[in-house]
Amino acid sequence: MKVTIDGIEIDVPKGTTILQAARMIGAEVAPPTMCYYSSLKTSGGYCRTCIVKVTQGSTANPTPMPKPVASCRTEVMDGMVVENTINKDVLEARKGVVEFLLMNHPLDCPVCDQAGECHLQDLGYEHGAATTRYEFPRREFEKIDIGKYVQLHMTRCIMCFRCVKVAEQLTDNRVHGVMHRGDAAEISTYIENVIENDFSGNVIDVCPVGALTDKTFRFKSRVWFTKPVDATCDCKKCSGKVRLWMKGEEVLRVTARKDQWGEAEEFICNTCRFERKNTSDWKTEGPSPIHKSSVISQNHYENLNELKVKIMKQQKALGFTPFDKRP
Amino acid sequence: MGRKLLIHNDHVPNIHTLEVYRAHGGYASVEKALKTMQPDQVTDEVKKSGLRGRGGAGFPTGMKWSFLAKPEGVPRYLVCNADESEPGTFKDRYLMEKIPHALIEGMITSSFALGAKTSYIYIRGEYFYVARIVEAAIAEAYAAGWLGKNILGTDFSHDCYVQVGGGAYICGEETALLESLEGKRGNPRIKPPFPAVAGLWGCPTVVNNVETIAAVVPIVNMGGEEYAKIGVGKSTGTKLISASGHINKPGVYEIELGITVEDFIYSDEYCGGIRNGKKLKAVVAGGSSVPILPTELILKTAKGEPRLMTYESLSDGGFSTGTMLGSGGFIAMDEDTSIVKNLFTFSRFYHHESCGQCSPCREGTGWMEKILKKFLDGTANESDVDLLWDIQSKIEGKTICPLGEAAAWPVAAAIRHFKHEFIEIAQKKKFVDISHYDRLNKIRA
Ligand SMILES: Cc1cc2nc3c(=O)[nH]c(=O)nc-3n(C[C@H](O)[C@H](O)[C@H](O)COP(=O)(O)O)c2cc1C
Ligand code: SF4
Ligand code: SF4
Ligand code: SF4
Ligand code: FES
Repeated sequence: MKVTIDGIEIDVPKGTTILQAARMIGAEVAPPTMCYYSSLKTSGGYCRTCIVKVTQGSTANPTPMPKPVASCRTEVMDGMVVENTINKDVLEARKGVVEFLLMNHPLDCPVCDQAGECHLQDLGYEHGAATTRYEFPRREFEKIDIGKYVQLHMTRCIMCFRCVKVAEQLTDNRVHGVMHRGDAAEISTYIENVIENDFSGNVIDVCPVGALTDKTFRFKSRVWFTKPVDATCDCKKCSGKVRLWMKGEEVLRVTARKDQWGEAEEFICNTCRFERKNTSDWKTEGPSPIHKSSVISQNHYENLNELKVKIMKQQKALGFTPFDKRP
Repeated sequence: MGRKLLIHNDHVPNIHTLEVYRAHGGYASVEKALKTMQPDQVTDEVKKSGLRGRGGAGFPTGMKWSFLAKPEGVPRYLVCNADESEPGTFKDRYLMEKIPHALIEGMITSSFALGAKTSYIYIRGEYFYVARIVEAAIAEAYAAGWLGKNILGTDFSHDCYVQVGGGAYICGEETALLESLEGKRGNPRIKPPFPAVAGLWGCPTVVNNVETIAAVVPIVNMGGEEYAKIGVGKSTGTKLISASGHINKPGVYEIELGITVEDFIYSDEYCGGIRNGKKLKAVVAGGSSVPILPTELILKTAKGEPRLMTYESLSDGGFSTGTMLGSGGFIAMDEDTSIVKNLFTFSRFYHHESCGQCSPCREGTGWMEKILKKFLDGTANESDVDLLWDIQSKIEGKTICPLGEAAAWPVAAAIRHFKHEFIEIAQKKKFVDISHYDRLNKIRA
């Protein structure tokens, strides 16, 4: 099937989503995602950051789709034409989504554990407005411990539901989920139940923000002071393929290996994640490949800047007020 | 007098019982369909009738039925949407409460057409007493052999169940309803797949409104062509209208589609004019989510033609000068009504009812309510009107289900047609009394 995204044509198999096709083309045209996670079934469709405009449905039925669609949940049709960064309505709508996501968010990155590897921070930087027009009190919650290893700070949650999908699909006794409705909805364990399951720690890796964090991340350290190293061990529960976050010879944290899109390549078990904190537990493979989207990448913000400049140029060509020139 | 096909017997004593209902010609459509027709013939009659869904969207029912997938060996379901929670809409309650057998008869005849061995009536939680009435009627129907095995000695068997919801507006959205029916949280599903392919428990399912299903009864009895003679153009048959607001005679009226809006408001047969001799200011014609229109636009279209109670005429002019028939929740407001206050009430509702799955609706509905509250408190600025406009435009069309639009449209329409009221309040810092909401909140808490 042939699909054209931002003027670039690609041939993809049937069943491919617009997002997957865009990712095949490359980061320049791939829409940002906050709730989609390739290895979690039924993820995606919620946050609406990945919306794009379908200007031609297919060769057979060329009419454009009336509303923007979630690229992560929409399959391509043969001859489909999609506009992402070249469509000013899409950029404007996405900016709206970013504002909605940030509106009830504390934005206290300097004191947040996720800073430096937060997808929301990146999203705000790339697509958002510098300020928010929301003037009312934001929702706030106490931090709570859900089990020995994981801390939940709902104040930072953006309701992407990835952790709920992990609980549903990777663990055998789901004890946490969504309670309440609308903007009163929260991720919670039923009556402060504790998450005890071999794979529950993966909720930390899938969380795009600092809402679910690793309590065993000792000597709280900024990610950019740690060095990621890929390592393996002989694990009976999982593949044992992990990423160690080292400071000198110390293992500060163990996570799954993340790909270019910030998604875990393989989920790991809690023993690997929380209990193997000695270098002797691991066989190292050498420094992890660093992707553009990681803050550890020297050029992270320069790269983002490059992208921003590029988008702004496109916007200018479209006669669109660039985001930093807005009131 | 206009013809009535659905609630013509509503004043007959004990019409809620099977005995009286039957004595007035009840269950004839089941007899006719099961004994003299093939299932597809019933669907054909519904197609010919031009019946359009009465739940709000107005999708042609016969077409919806013909989209139902029919794979071998997979059960199919008919689900009746009796969640009726749109502010201003209360016609389904009236029908079920007064003539429950009309719905059950429609369920059986429709299920026969669709080949559904099982059907469900999903009733909103607050209608618990209505659920009891419907359940009692179902028990009567089982006892008399209208439900159960081999109905009328044919090989058609059917079971019908009532499920009471938990009291969430969102469970009226058809896929949220299906989730709730399956015992899950009532979150709308991401479509496709559509229920016609994968609905209840993943099986092909038709979801129809109470009134839609009840209308199948007269359609089968009189034939689709006869039914289609009532009405104008693509708006055929009769429609139940829930009339409320500042009118002399609020209530549920069955109208022939095609009467003028003016007639509906002012004639004695229907609303009987505006109460206390006041002037009409605005109308919300199809339930809280459709655009509000000022008097001059609801009585006449922008082209100056009389506005009719039809799908087409009400939407004439698009959203810039028109509105929608929606679910038929007709709310009339007199000259003393504060449009801003009314809008606040609606926005508060949508904020409260958002399921929270998608960001624009979850966050945007609350934001709009908070800004509207500023107007009522007398602390709003003129720029807040533009901000409201911008927020609604960023919700509309960007959400999983149409609740996002339902929340955005009333805001857009109020600003479109009554911007001066917002500006005036902002300039004068006028305070609008809403203390009764605080009392309400206390009762809730
Ligand atoms: C938020 C929301 C609430 C709805 N509530 C109802 C309802 O209470 N009753 C209803 O019949 N349809 C309701 N609908 C429409 C249903 O999704 C669906 O279109 C309808 O039940 C189809 O039946 P029909 O074709 O017979 O109209 C609602 C839709 C939305 C988006
Ligand atoms: S979650 Fe991300 S955006 Fe939010 S405070 Fe933490 S680092 Fe900043
Ligand atoms: S806690 Fe994290 S993963 Fe879970 S819904 Fe919130 S943001 Fe998403
Ligand atoms: S539009 Fe609102 S009600 Fe519908 S799925 Fe999204 S959050 Fe839920
Ligand atoms: S990533 Fe597609 S909607 Fe969230």
